Formats: sequence, C-alpha cells, structure tokens
Amino acid sequence: MARHITAPLTKDVTRSLRAGESITLSGTIYTARDAAHKRLCELVAAGKPLPFPIEGAVIYYVGPTPARPGEIIGSAGPTTSYRMDAYAPTLMRLGLLGMIGKGMRGQEVIDAMKETGAVYFGAIGGAGALLSRCVKSAELVCYEDLGAEAIRRLEVEDMPLTVVIDSLGNNLYETGRSAYLEQRQTL
Amino acid sequence: MRELKAELITDAVARLCIEANTRLPEDVKCSIASARQAEDWQAAREILDRIIENYSIGGGIPICQDTGMACVFLEIGQDVHISGDLAKAVDEGVRRGYTDGYLRKSVVRDPLDRVNTGDNTPAMLYTELVPGDKVKITVAPKGFGSENMSRIAMLRPSDGLEGVRKFILESVELAGGNPCPPIVVGVGLGGTFDKCALLAKRALLREVDVPNPNPFYAKLERELLDEINALGIGPQGFGGRTTALAVHIETLPTHIAGLPCAVNINCHVARHAAEVL
Repeated sequence: MARHITAPLTKDVTRSLRAGESITLSGTIYTARDAAHKRLCELVAAGKPLPFPIEGAVIYYVGPTPARPGEIIGSAGPTTSYRMDAYAPTLMRLGLLGMIGKGMRGQEVIDAMKETGAVYFGAIGGAGALLSRCVKSAELVCYEDLGAEAIRRLEVEDMPLTVVIDSLGNNLYETGRSAYLEQRQTL
Repeated sequence: MRELKAELITDAVARLCIEANTRLPEDVKCSIASARQAEDWQAAREILDRIIENYSIGGGIPICQDTGMACVFLEIGQDVHISGDLAKAVDEGVRRGYTDGYLRKSVVRDPLDRVNTGDNTPAMLYTELVPGDKVKITVAPKGFGSENMSRIAMLRPSDGLEGVRKFILESVELAGGNPCPPIVVGVGLGGTFDKCALLAKRALLREVDVPNPNPFYAKLERELLDEINALGIGPQGFGGRTTALAVHIETLPTHIAGLPCAVNINCHVARHAAEVL
C-alpha cells in the first residue's frame, strides 16, 4: 500500500520521504503555473504578502480544462516543471514544502530542496482525466485574468503521486533508469 | 467546380477539435496496450496501466488538460471552390470547438507580451492543394510539454546516416521524462529548414505502427525504436522499456550542401482526428 500523507505538509514528513516511493496525498493544495509564479515572485520582491499561506504549502503545476456543467474541475494533469525552476527556490525559502509536476528540475531547485526540506512529487503526465477525480473542490484564489493559469485552492483526496526528488537530492529520473538498465543487463 | 461553403469547414473543425481531445485514436490505444504487454519493469507497467485507465474514462472529459494548439491540416481538392473566408472559417471552428467542448485555451497573442487570446485561436493552419473535389480536414491538437522538446539540426551531408541517428537519439535523451513518455517521435529529413520541420510534424499524423512505405526507412524506423527503447528512460522517465511507441520518418529531396533533420516529439496522448467533406 502507498503511504498516505496530508497537505499542508510538515518537515518531519517531507524529510522522511524517499525518491521512488509511491504516496497518496489528501488535503489542501494550490495550483500555479508560469504566469502565476511570475506574479508571486514579483510580490515577494516588492515585500508584499502572498495570496495563500506558503508555510508547508504544496503547489500543483497544473492548468486544468474548464469544468463542465455539474463538475468540480476539468482534466487536471501536471505540466512540465522546469519552467517554474526560476521561481521555485524563492518560494521554498518562504516555506513551500511540496511541488507536484512532471519532468526534470534544475540543480538550483534541487539545492534549494536540500536546504529547505522540500520534496518534488511526480503526477502522471497526460493522465488529466484520471487525476481530476481526486479533486473534491476547487475555488479561485486570485489572478482570474490568467484563465487556466489562475491560482486555485484544491481539496484533493488520495491523489496518486511518486516522490521523484527527495530532500536529500535523490532523483528517481536517475535512479529509476539506472536500476532498470542494470536489471536489463543481467537478463 | 464543386462549391463548398466555408461554414461547413467551421462545423467540421469544431467537431474534430472536440473529438480529438476527448477520444484517443484506436491506433494509439492499440500501441499503448501492446507496449504494456511487452514492458518488463514493474514500476513502468503500473504507470502504463494508469495511462490506459485514463484514456478509457471517456464521457467527454479531455484526456489531457493540455488540449494544445489546434494544428489544422487541409488537403483541398483543386476542383473545389470554397465560398467564404477559409482562414476565418477555420478559426471560428477552433473557437467554437474549444468553447463548446470545455477545452483549455492555451494560446497567447504575442510570444513576449503573453496575453491569452481567450478562445485558443488562431489555429496553426496548413493548406495543401491536391487533385480531386474533396476537402480533407485533419485536426491534431499539440501539447507543448512535448513540443518544447523538439529540435532541428542542419547537419552536413558527411554526417550521413550516423549523424541522423545520433541527433535523433540525442534529442530523445535530452527530452528525458519531460515530454510525457511513452512518446511518438516524428522525424523530418531533407527539404529546406522550414519544410523539414513541417515533415516532422506531418510524420506525427501517420497512424502509429504504420511504417514508412520505403523499406530502407521502415527498417531505420524499427532500428531507431529499438535503440530508443534500450535507453531505459521509460514511461514518465521513471525507468523502463517503453520510452517510445513509434518512430515515423518522412523525407524530401534536399540541396547538395545540406542534410536538414528535425525531430518533433509527441506525448502518449497522440491526438489526431480527420474528416472528408
């Protein structure tokens, strides 16, 4: 069974997670992509407060499709994370503990994760219909003008995730691939 | 000369935008299912199972939230006269499809000021004149997780087959887990800089697992697929056999001084839908 954790996170939890581990996540998370991250970092630079509590927060890199009538949210899978690399360290230093996305991260992000205890989770890219079923409520927080890129507060239940990079810097993109290739050689 | 009202093209484009984004083509489904059977790594099998579960949900929800830029290919018979403004008719179809289908609007009006156009227009429109009196419309929504991992190189003729092979493998390697593997690799070889990129995009429209009709290139496609699936990147980049579902190569004659090579990567949600009017 996958370990179950709850957002917002604590450092005790994030420091204990290891790359390659499957988890399920419940609780409150926030959506933000490129344009929202740019605005968040402009607020930080101007010394202004952020629009949601960043301490222990989990940000999901997602721009969902519009909810159809009677639905909570549309298709809601992860976007490629490296585009947020320029902004993520600033947010981690303010208390961000979890990021959900897909794809590789830069060294400056991994260094900031080691420094702050944050964790990078992978959701399955392209599985937006499946992931939307984990979302139990979605509420606009700010930046409505950004459309799909607005910041939303999501309540999620049992969202299936993989720890991709842990707070020690272990990286599943490297270890998963080398484990597979090692096994393949022994065949 | 056959008359065709532009409004009919609008209706078809709107239908195809919704269909392509909510129903994965059978050829792609079959290819993913057989990759699942061939996968020899447990973690990778679990991811492929989730991918299959995702595209099986149906009911009109988009398979992926990145419903893409609407790439619209029109093959227009020379004996058809379209009454009305064709480009406007196509954009109206995209506007309607993306609005009525609750698809995501992912287009900004300018690459630098980045203001969303709000209706996913304009379409990326390609027109081609062909014999006959029909119009074939293909809509291939293209997500940018994979588009961003695409590359082009103006290789030297002396680089030859080995240079081409190296550039393709290097492109897949650099992309890693970013483009949502398992991927489909579209390759353009030859032509000019611009035609080569278009060849790579058109290569993605071919049904998955249909080989190039030229036996030399069909063999090269198979070899490259094996080499890519020996890289170990695997589904989502977490390790495994299934890095790519197919490699499609399309070629054109080129200049004595050149060997253009373009790699356009598509994710496992390799969408395309077509209709003939």
